[in-house]
Amino acid sequence: MSLQGKVALVTGASRGIGRAIAESLGREGAIVIGTATSDSGAAAIAGYLQEAGLQGTGLALDVNDAAAVDAALDQIEKAHGPVAVLVNNAGITRDQLLMRMKEDDWDAVMDTNLRSVYRLSKAVLRGMMKARWGRIISIASVVGASGSAGQTNYAAAKAGMMGFTKSLAREVGSRNITVNCVAPGFIDTDMTAVLAEDYKQKLLAQIPLERLGRPEEIADAVTFLASDKAAYVTGNTLHVNGGMFMN
Amino acid sequence: MENIEQRVKKIVAEQLGVNEADIKIDSSFVEDLGADSLDTVELVMALEEEFECEIPDEEAEKITNVQQAVDYVKAHLGK
Repeated sequence: MSLQGKVALVTGASRGIGRAIAESLGREGAIVIGTATSDSGAAAIAGYLQEAGLQGTGLALDVNDAAAVDAALDQIEKAHGPVAVLVNNAGITRDQLLMRMKEDDWDAVMDTNLRSVYRLSKAVLRGMMKARWGRIISIASVVGASGSAGQTNYAAAKAGMMGFTKSLAREVGSRNITVNCVAPGFIDTDMTAVLAEDYKQKLLAQIPLERLGRPEEIADAVTFLASDKAAYVTGNTLHVNGGMFMN
Repeated sequence: MENIEQRVKKIVAEQLGVNEADIKIDSSFVEDLGADSLDTVELVMALEEEFECEIPDEEAEKITNVQQAVDYVKAHLGK
């Protein structure tokens, strides 16, 4: 197992893609700390990890609360050691045409999806620099590259992640820390379950592989980037989208 | 206990991979000892650990040579 004993922090891990990532990293031997916004979400994470016989636990954490993030990282380091793999997965949507988008919709998406990446990445870097090994993987989205009507906020945040990733990869490459994104396409999760059926059919028509992706298929890409097999990959966005968008 | 100057020089030598004998009190981390900007950030981290203090970013930016590091530590040690 390639991540034996390494501490992996996965934000937004209670369900969907985050859960699949937490489980996959756990199967590689990582000690997985999965975060959720609520105590019940954290308990659910602890539950599925335990059920699968994986190391780690759940942690209630609002990624928008700077003091809470610092406290959580202290707690993790004391209990398990410094974070070696950070997966910035927590994300929300507040879809709306720009003409109708409220500042709150813009700010909420920017804070949870992008500012949290700044905050968490910064917080884990000290330990990674000392260890001379680290992986920062952010879950972007195909729409950050392709654009999507009704998602100016979400697409801007996801494209922002990609620029952040390239810049940070340049800053910390000399310390053997890689920084990458995985950009999922149309994945079968709660986030896409709410989309209207005719819209889903239109999206499917644009996917050469003619199906939605599974959360596990995103987790596989993340696990690859976290492993030593991806040691020479940095500053990149790995698109996992069934061919929906080709770079 | 070693004096502060010696302890600072030791850390600088470790962090920047230079010979302790080549480090003078007025050695600039970047110009004389070949540090890049990330090296200087790491150096401050190492000083914080050695002397168990927290150096705020705006103070850290002003520490560019050995003397300044020694002065900072002397001024803040035990506070």
